[in-house]
Amino acid sequence: MQRTYVPALIARQPWHIVLPLLGLVLFGSSVLYSAAGGSLQPWALTHTLRFLVFLAMALVIARIKPEMFKFAAFPAYVAILIMLVLVEALGFVGGGSRRWLNLGFMTLQPSELMKPGIVLVLARFYDLLPAGEIRGWRAMAPALALLGLPMALVMLQPDLGTALAIGFGGVVVIFLSGVPLRWFIGAGAAGLVAAPIAFFTLLHDYQRNRVLVFLDPESDPLGTGYHITQSKIAIGSGGFFGKGFGNGSQSHLDYLPESHTDFVFATMSEEWGMLGGLFVLFVFFLILRWGLKVAQNAPDRFSRLLAAGMALTIFFYVFINLMMVTGMAPVVGIPLPFMSHGGSSMMTNMICIGTIMAIERWSGERRGSGGLG
Amino acid sequence: MKFGEWRKRARARAKPPMSTVALTHSFNRRSFFLGAVEGGVGLLLATRMGYLALFQNEKYRLASESNRVNLALIPPRRGWILDRHGSPLASNRAAFRVDLIPERLVHAEQTIAELGQILGLSEVDIRDLKDKLEKAHGFAPVEVASRVDWDKFAAISVRLPDMPGVVPQRGFSRYYPTGPAVGHLIGYVGTVSAEEYEKEKNPLLITPGFKIGKDGLEKYFDTALRGVPGARRAEVTASGKVVRDLEMREDVPGHPVKLTIDGPLQDFAARRIGLESGAVVVIDCLTGGILAQCSMPAFDPNSFADGIGRLEWKLLNDDDHIPLLNKAVRGLYPPGSTMKPMASLALQLNGVSPDERINCPGGYRLGRRFFRCDAVHGSVDMRTAIERSCNTYFWSMAHRVGYDAIAPIAKMLGLGQEFTLPGTSQRYGTIPDAAWKMRRYKQEWTAADSLNASIGQGYVSVSPLQLAVMTARIASGRNLQPSLLLGKPPVLGPAFPFTPEQLAVTHEGMFRVVNGSGTAGASRIDIGGIKMAGKTGTAQVRALTSRGGGGEWKGRDHSLFVCYAPADVPRYAMAVVIEHGQFGARAAAPIAKDVMTFLFDPPTAVETLHALEKQWGGNATQRMAAKYLAAESGPAASTAKPVTESQIEEAVNKAGPQPSPTAAQTGVVVPPPETIGPQPVTPPAQVPVQSPAAGDN
Repeated sequence: MQRTYVPALIARQPWHIVLPLLGLVLFGSSVLYSAAGGSLQPWALTHTLRFLVFLAMALVIARIKPEMFKFAAFPAYVAILIMLVLVEALGFVGGGSRRWLNLGFMTLQPSELMKPGIVLVLARFYDLLPAGEIRGWRAMAPALALLGLPMALVMLQPDLGTALAIGFGGVVVIFLSGVPLRWFIGAGAAGLVAAPIAFFTLLHDYQRNRVLVFLDPESDPLGTGYHITQSKIAIGSGGFFGKGFGNGSQSHLDYLPESHTDFVFATMSEEWGMLGGLFVLFVFFLILRWGLKVAQNAPDRFSRLLAAGMALTIFFYVFINLMMVTGMAPVVGIPLPFMSHGGSSMMTNMICIGTIMAIERWSGERRGSGGLG
Repeated sequence: MKFGEWRKRARARAKPPMSTVALTHSFNRRSFFLGAVEGGVGLLLATRMGYLALFQNEKYRLASESNRVNLALIPPRRGWILDRHGSPLASNRAAFRVDLIPERLVHAEQTIAELGQILGLSEVDIRDLKDKLEKAHGFAPVEVASRVDWDKFAAISVRLPDMPGVVPQRGFSRYYPTGPAVGHLIGYVGTVSAEEYEKEKNPLLITPGFKIGKDGLEKYFDTALRGVPGARRAEVTASGKVVRDLEMREDVPGHPVKLTIDGPLQDFAARRIGLESGAVVVIDCLTGGILAQCSMPAFDPNSFADGIGRLEWKLLNDDDHIPLLNKAVRGLYPPGSTMKPMASLALQLNGVSPDERINCPGGYRLGRRFFRCDAVHGSVDMRTAIERSCNTYFWSMAHRVGYDAIAPIAKMLGLGQEFTLPGTSQRYGTIPDAAWKMRRYKQEWTAADSLNASIGQGYVSVSPLQLAVMTARIASGRNLQPSLLLGKPPVLGPAFPFTPEQLAVTHEGMFRVVNGSGTAGASRIDIGGIKMAGKTGTAQVRALTSRGGGGEWKGRDHSLFVCYAPADVPRYAMAVVIEHGQFGARAAAPIAKDVMTFLFDPPTAVETLHALEKQWGGNATQRMAAKYLAAESGPAASTAKPVTESQIEEAVNKAGPQPSPTAAQTGVVVPPPETIGPQPVTPPAQVPVQSPAAGDN
């Protein structure tokens, strides 16, 4: 089925995923445009431009061969790990925690890179592991070490949200690799016991406060619960059709904190109502369903784990952010993919998207070579 | 299932080597599970959004509106209280003020310390502020300082983000130009108490800076003086910055109230009382309008308006001159000989000829008792009896006609009566008669009672206001009704039964008191032919003390003087009561003389006053300030207790010292102090509405 009326290079691109993404990003840009008081600066324009740059990057990633991914998995992991150590050593203090590494021409947040990085390295690890070993400790111990090291480094920064995102991506790959369920049941039980202990010993004061306030935000409306309360007011006051474009008083009068980053969904809901919220959920549904479909159709174990891990990493962002802004999870600094203003998260998510696109290509090529296409 | 079995089964399942196909199946199952989880989360989120945006939409829409819109009430400017010339007795002045809202206070100690530093509050001030905060009820603002200068106000404004609960604002504070001189007459304003708010539930009452009338005319005319608050609806950002005004309504200042009071006269009379404790009431003989009504010493209503401090309160409360009592309408005194002009009219009505002469051998014998007169007056007729204040004459005449014939005339002339006047409720005292005594003490009226009552002793007690009304009625011969509101036509009661000839006899007696060889000869005036007529009175505070008293202040006789001028065409009537001032001629008459002089020749009177004030250590306000300064470093400062609103009200409405009935020269039974019946409610008088030209600026 050669479509001769469009150039092959363009026709070959995965439009079925690029178009929903583009829709979501442009919608996000319009929200950022309104949040800036009806101005392309400082957020809407950079948001769109960044997306285009990272889309190009994703399309390049999509052309990388599986061998290259496999080859790069461990070196990339080690490189990101070194960067995390460097952040500890050289990183400057930003927002109360050390997260950024100044490379001179741009600031880099290595913990962001670790989110796809952990998925890649674990997928490669289970790819290398002989199938018979999957029930033994050799399937668990190295994986846990690979996962624990970056998590610990990120927690040191301290950045609970990113550490959890890395942990989630890693655990999903381990889960999908087929290790016995009892490990998870056991870990779940241990977690139930350890969580209260960790709550009182490992967490920083402000993190503990966030959890406490999450449990009862109205108890402290002007303190730390303020974020959640104002976010709920923004979403709730929007109703079904919203207050209209540019009429969001919560965001325009600064009641809603972080209205262009973590709480952009609340900013959107106030002006576009539940209708806008359902649109956002629908686009994420399309993207995530596509990611899992690609994983299930993937040609081999490595690409299956890689695709599913990437898709669920995006899911984790969406899930935690939306739970947070609707008042169902504590405030953790996790932005909403493709809508929140911020380069690092856009980069991470587009790496995930690009990787899944690549895997889609691989399966297409295999199918193509098998004469099924 | 037992754990051991489960392990076995697990091992059994693990036996076949794990194949790639099996792993793929496992992957498919597990990824399908994760997909289901994703779908579930999606549904959960959609439901949650629906719950927030649809079911709780109204709640959150209101919350969003209350975030966005800030409604601030602007307290209305209080209506002015004007004297008869239109100059203010109570006005407002623009002031920067700082309030605290206890409810919003986060770091109380720290905030107060910081405020104290910026505003330069003294230790006593800070303690007062803490007292007020302790008693505050969440919603009601507590005043930290008013009349703050611009620099301090600005310093506080920029520190606001660090001091939640502090409200600086530009407003108006009540100002009484003559301070203590009008304290008792006008009353004072103060912040609303919890009970007052509960009663009215008006949000205006808890607007920072709003004050209501707490006493006197301020309280009586409160509704008219209040005005209508302005309001400002503004869109504000989270940090409180006003984005734009949505709606702005100017306040409507309260209606002014115009009084018959002559401001300069009121001030002069109050200052002339000087170090004494007493009251002066001046009435216009043409209209019955009250020109001056002072009670001194008094509190400074200006300091009450700003919330009185504990030290100031202690000084007021501990003063034996009782500055918190309005003696003009709530102080009761035996009138003593000031009753005699009234008695002379009563006697004439009962057929006593003014020319009949009675011999005064220095006293009067009733049965076995001898009532002693002040002197041996010899043969006196009615005019001379008034002139020289001969008790013997009135005793023998009262014995003849009986006191029950005199009491109705006393009441007719205003004694023991309550008048329809706005402001502080009056106490009306006692004009006794046989029925009253039977009702009160279950005892028969005796001839001795008649003798005591006829010279204003015994059971008789009256207020300075009543004495002034009596004098005005005698002077004018008309049934004048006292009034305080200017602009109303004079109201006259039923005409008096006295003939002009009868009045002339009394007038002549009173004229000779001052201008003849009478008791007040030292206080005579002659301002371009204007002369004064009057009558002295010396009221015994304790039975069986020597005339005039002496020794301890509290035991001395009260000094009274009633008078009117010009003697030939009465225009002004006055009553002066000086507590424990000894002889009427000694303390009260000179004050009356100077006040009367002020009415006809102000420069001379003011000169006299300034000379006197030099001796006294300044005028009332200056003396109060000096006393406060002295006390601040003294022991009083440390023992002073915090004061509450209700304590002040209680003290102001307290009965004050009750004159115990005194017996002149005889040891009659001293009855217990009289209690007062319920105070009749006076109907609200109409308030003249004036153009806002008299508004504040």
